[in-house]
Amino acid sequence: MPFGLLKYGLSSEYPGEHHFNPTTELKKHYDVVIIGAGGHGTGIAYHLAKYHGITNVAVLEKNYLGSGNTARNTAVIRSNYLTEEGVTFYRESVKLWQDLSNEFNYNVMMESRGQLTLAHSDAAIRSFRWRAEVNQHMGVRSELIDRQQIAEMVPNLNMSEDSRFPIMGGLWHADGATARHDAVAWGYAKGACERGVELHQLTEVQDIEVTSGRVTAVKTNRGRIECGCVVQAVAGASSVVAKMAGIPLPIHSYPLQAMVTQPYKPILTPHVSSPHLHVYTHQTSRGEFVIGGGSDPYPLYNTRATLDQRESLTAAALELFPFLAQARMLRQWAGTTDMTPDYSPIMGLSPVENYYLDAGWGTWGFKATPICGKTMAKLVATKKVPDIIKPFELERFYKYQQINEAGATAASH
Amino acid sequence: MKLLTCPLNGQRNITEFTYGGEYHPMPDHQQATSREWAEHVFFHDNNAGVVIEWWCHSASSYWFLAERNTISDQILRTFPADEIFNQRIDFAPVPEPASDAKGESQ
Repeated sequence: MPFGLLKYGLSSEYPGEHHFNPTTELKKHYDVVIIGAGGHGTGIAYHLAKYHGITNVAVLEKNYLGSGNTARNTAVIRSNYLTEEGVTFYRESVKLWQDLSNEFNYNVMMESRGQLTLAHSDAAIRSFRWRAEVNQHMGVRSELIDRQQIAEMVPNLNMSEDSRFPIMGGLWHADGATARHDAVAWGYAKGACERGVELHQLTEVQDIEVTSGRVTAVKTNRGRIECGCVVQAVAGASSVVAKMAGIPLPIHSYPLQAMVTQPYKPILTPHVSSPHLHVYTHQTSRGEFVIGGGSDPYPLYNTRATLDQRESLTAAALELFPFLAQARMLRQWAGTTDMTPDYSPIMGLSPVENYYLDAGWGTWGFKATPICGKTMAKLVATKKVPDIIKPFELERFYKYQQINEAGATAASH
Repeated sequence: MKLLTCPLNGQRNITEFTYGGEYHPMPDHQQATSREWAEHVFFHDNNAGVVIEWWCHSASSYWFLAERNTISDQILRTFPADEIFNQRIDFAPVPEPASDAKGESQ
């Protein structure tokens, strides 16, 4: 190993496998331009190339592959939502997750360890009962469990009745899972590049040319590209990019902060979340505790970390797991969440004919990655909106037909 | 601790304040179409840059406006709402349609 490092470290001739295409000049024209090389953008490119034979595709990324919210989320996969539209959509996504490593032959380390949401009030129990009924009806494994079942499932959880908000019950979701988030973008990008898609990193879209209701070209810091159509998949910058195409969106962008401890022995199996305490945590396969919470109190396009948020996250996490008081924090970071008024995404057609939206991913984008790749690619290839994403159209806000998932978030925002 | 200057209470910790959304002029309530109302209620500029927005000092329930940069998180200016709202707004209801429209409501 040290010898190899010496031998190849100073040479450009490394015999290892290149996962992605080396940077080339931009072509003058692409059939499809995808803005954003995160899990969603590369997933759409992968599905276009593999299942629809469309390979004259450029994925443009202003930073590096998977450097945005794909790298910043807390990697929670679940489908225990409340509305029929939401549950159907995320249920299909969870199914795709389960076979994703095989799909693109890249290990995403999918682990189905389940998700437990805690109730600290009668109102929460009522809403969990409702969600469990809806979920079971739609074929998703969700059930209401009592204090004793919780204590057996998570022995380290503080079940004291003397705490500020004692735990009264929980919503157990056996399909809940986690995966290695970077690998999702890498796997999709590798599969797409092998089939002829071009990945262009450090390529920032600066303007979008729209002529009589159609996109004709995008201007980047590396030159102008003509295009057959554009898909935007830029969670955290949805409003900014859509504005270049003249499309207003119902989004406010808030930072969401998370943090991670040093690695410890495996002692926590499921993902545990408490909407009431605005906190959720799970232990990664490396042993670190990932702790996340609600969004920041006001909008910001900045991923700085704050002491306020660290204090409130820590206080809530310690209320659930007092032993974490001994844990040392390794990192604290933020992602930008594009919050929509109904806590559901905005997918599909836009007022510009050949401009497709994959936006409004708030705090629920990671778990939807595979289904977005599949359905958005189908939309681009066939020009027909797949039924499963039809309810998430931008037009729903003008029709007052929101899909309210505000109550089904892991931590209230 | 991040400070915000309230026009009424002076400099206070920002945790004492509640963010109240972007400032938008309200559409004419007698003329606005359902589409215009949807845009007013749900859609936001969400600008990366300087914005004008509502804030409330929670302890005193005092609402005011602030100019803030949403990239640097710098608060440039705070000011009382009467700088903008300096005229009486008449909320007279939409006039009743003429009597010949009566049959249609059946």
